[in-house]
Amino acid sequence: MKLQRMNRRALALGALAVSGALALTACGSDETGNPSGGSSNAAAQSNIKCDDASGQVLADGSSAQKNAVDAWVKQFSAACQVEINYKAGGSGAGVTAFTQGQVPWAGSDSALKPDEVAASKKICSGGQGINLPMVGGPIAVGYNVPGVDKLVLDSATIAKIFDSKITKWNDPAIAKLNPDAKLPNLKIQAFHRSDESGTTDNFTKYLIATAKKDFPYEGGKAWQAKGGQSAPQSSGVAAQVKQTAGAIGYFELSYAKDGIKTAAIDTGAAEPVEATVDNATKAIAEAKVVGTGKDLALKLNYATKADGAYPMVLVTYEIVCDKGNKAETLPAVKAFLRYAASEDGQKILAENDYAPMPEEIITKVRTTVESLS
Amino acid sequence: MDTTQIADAPPPTQPTTAEQKRAARGATRPGDRIFLGLSRGSGILLLVIMAAIAGFLTYRAVLAISKDDGNFLTTFEWNTGVNPPVFGIAVLAYGTIVSSIIAMVIAVPVSVAIALFLTHYAPRRLRGPIAYVIDLLAAVPSIVYGLWGALVLVPHMNGLFGWLNDYLGWTGVFSWQGGAARSMLTVGILLAIMILPIITNVSREVFRQVPQMHEEAALALGATRWEVIRMAVIPFGRSGVISASMLGLGRALGETMAVATVLSPDFLIHTSLLDPGGGTFAQNIASKFSEATEFGRDALIASGLVLFVITLLVNGAARAIIARRKEYSGANA
Repeated sequence: MKLQRMNRRALALGALAVSGALALTACGSDETGNPSGGSSNAAAQSNIKCDDASGQVLADGSSAQKNAVDAWVKQFSAACQVEINYKAGGSGAGVTAFTQGQVPWAGSDSALKPDEVAASKKICSGGQGINLPMVGGPIAVGYNVPGVDKLVLDSATIAKIFDSKITKWNDPAIAKLNPDAKLPNLKIQAFHRSDESGTTDNFTKYLIATAKKDFPYEGGKAWQAKGGQSAPQSSGVAAQVKQTAGAIGYFELSYAKDGIKTAAIDTGAAEPVEATVDNATKAIAEAKVVGTGKDLALKLNYATKADGAYPMVLVTYEIVCDKGNKAETLPAVKAFLRYAASEDGQKILAENDYAPMPEEIITKVRTTVESLS
Repeated sequence: MDTTQIADAPPPTQPTTAEQKRAARGATRPGDRIFLGLSRGSGILLLVIMAAIAGFLTYRAVLAISKDDGNFLTTFEWNTGVNPPVFGIAVLAYGTIVSSIIAMVIAVPVSVAIALFLTHYAPRRLRGPIAYVIDLLAAVPSIVYGLWGALVLVPHMNGLFGWLNDYLGWTGVFSWQGGAARSMLTVGILLAIMILPIITNVSREVFRQVPQMHEEAALALGATRWEVIRMAVIPFGRSGVISASMLGLGRALGETMAVATVLSPDFLIHTSLLDPGGGTFAQNIASKFSEATEFGRDALIASGLVLFVITLLVNGAARAIIARRKEYSGANA
């Protein structure tokens, strides 16, 4: 009897602890999830065209663009009678949900593959899934080296660091790029993602495109090089970089907060390029549209040497049907994407450390959004 | 006496065959028959559901393994997104087993000691609060253990790791290169803390069941308290403690979020337990699932099936050990 009573009390206390933790996390995500500035609210809302959009829209996909979608949703749902629920379950989950017809729109870090396009034809009656590049993100290389406030790296050095071929911070290759810095004799702790991620995919694509010799791997969402340490999610890598002396890691720029310093990249341009949203937009402008028809899949030019173009970028797509969207969700999705691609929608991105799409590309996106049916 | 008399007495009348059948089935009235049907149906339904799940998982696993470019059992890599895909479970199996063994080595002696303290040494006033705190440990969600591990345990492991490296580094198993302590040993210690409550609670219950007479008899023969525990309590409770440990081991083998938060996974087997790296089945599934393609998920399901097989083997071994020690089980006391 006594034991039973004890267990029940423990359960009650445990339940209290759990609900307390839940309440705390709920607060946490509220604060970080919607960091959009209140300044542009009034102006933005007046420009949103709702048409006859209404109801509820479910969407799923890339967690890399979650903060961007949250910021859009906040503005959009204030203006229109639409409830948009973006579940950032990951690009893979988003594409699967889309090709199974569970969501009318998905977010993804990589464009649809041919077999996924084939699968989408079943959902889009008379049409197929298309990629709309909507959000850009610079991938920052953050580091934690005591006494070093400015660091310049090039792709070959980054490749060697992440492939465990350079193991000390005072290595001649790093010293050559940073003649003024006092580099300590400290072991390099290179952090990569332990989960599969579009950030890893784009980061390794950059290394393969610009330093194939020093990074002899195939690339992809899973990290392939041996050695180094790993942590889950961009936030996990950033946290490890922050608390480990000698650490270096890659993550989206928005995670480079609270004193994490980011390296500038020597691309061969006149000056080393800092990781900023403007510089990322300049690099995305070098991309070519490789999608056919209404598909706007991009091929990024990682080897760009343009001045001020930050080459380590990630473009995330919104995936919708070009034709044959479900009648009940089409107006809402169309109105939302129209807003996201609008000047106001793209302006909010920069406030959240994302890179707006360059003018030439976003114009094409706007035309395509208008033609969705 | 009563029962034998009834059995020996000749039956009053010979029942008809139909009546016999009905009596054998035990269902004579409609209520009985409906209940029999419901319970039998539920039993069969359970088997069908289990078979369907097993069939589905095996089918998906076979789909994935048949396209694997590497050897599913020995490849040190997990890359399902490339063409052809390469993946193998060697590192995961090693990491799962090693981290669980570390957890057991730490948790079982401590749990047994706590259980003995609570049942035989602690003053009555202390027993309640201590048992209560242990129950509370079991109620903490694993992600909270993970966060605590990453934020508190890992930074505080450096002292222990340095000490191990200084005195036992020559073995190779405890050599340390410096850096964050996000290694198999840290995971093992965290798992030990997580499985401690369940082993302690079950062991305590078992030790409480030791017949008072055994202990009194030992005391009467002049045994000290420690000798009573050694000769009467521990042999009696051994099979119970083994069962408790297996419950704990089951939790350690399948622990997901805490491991994923604390470990720095990679696909290499490190000789040193202090090097960051390695991985476990559950951790790998948790970290790869969200971005995996359909094929990637099939591969993860295949790895999950291997974990299932390992768990079955462990449970079978535990049952075999307990069966050999039947004479000490509570039922015979």
